[in-house]
Amino acid sequence: MKKRIKYLNRAELSFPSLSQNESLARSFASAFMMQPNPTIDAISDVKCAVSEAVTNSIVHGYRNTKGEIKVKCRLTEDLTLIIDIIDKGCGIEDIDAACEPLFTTNSDGERSGMGFTVMKTLTDNMKVYSKPGRGTRVRLIKKLSDDT
Amino acid sequence: MNTGVKIVKTAKNDDSLWFSICGEIDHHSTKSINKEIDSNLFINSPRSVVLDLSKVDFMDSSGLGLILGRYRMSTELGIEFYIYEPTPAVKKLLKISGCDKFIKVLRKKTEK
Repeated sequence: MKKRIKYLNRAELSFPSLSQNESLARSFASAFMMQPNPTIDAISDVKCAVSEAVTNSIVHGYRNTKGEIKVKCRLTEDLTLIIDIIDKGCGIEDIDAACEPLFTTNSDGERSGMGFTVMKTLTDNMKVYSKPGRGTRVRLIKKLSDDT
Repeated sequence: MNTGVKIVKTAKNDDSLWFSICGEIDHHSTKSINKEIDSNLFINSPRSVVLDLSKVDFMDSSGLGLILGRYRMSTELGIEFYIYEPTPAVKKLLKISGCDKFIKVLRKKTEK
């Protein structure tokens, strides 16, 4: 039987794919994760990872056209933060290739190609679900509990 | 529109150009920062350029793109490129990306 996860809290934010909403999305995520009193480093890591995912949706998912982006935050009883960043953009053809460091489809030289690498490094787990033409869901998981 | 970032340009006597970036560096704000720095590099062609990152509150990989792009452009134009006093969060990103291996960092002179 599938174990049901109990959430201490959850919140959802939906906004159009405008670049000025990148700061809105990361502020939302950092405000949500404040309750269990996380470390400054954890807040900084999550803000950065959320900003990466939202930027990807705007630049690559919607290719700078209009679309809707959703950020869903959940906090489990064992203080694990789960954040989904969802778009209905063009999707990713080859997820493994996209997650390689320095991979970018943007040729103007201003993208570092480090987005997924940064997300992976700054979280405890990152999953990417995507279908070409359907959209992308990036799941970021960060443990906030301090076991030490 | 407020991009959440402020950039202050200072020309120093040693023919170096300093850009102090205050606030948040993300995909949204890099557009105006790039424009400001690039036009100055072409017009003034200084001996060296320094990005002061000591007052950066937030940076994601768009900021890495900004640093790498200015580094490449400076190298092509024969201008020395430095960053000054990156904050711990910026340092972390430079390390993750491996940029810390070739981007030269200037540090604050401590008084003895």
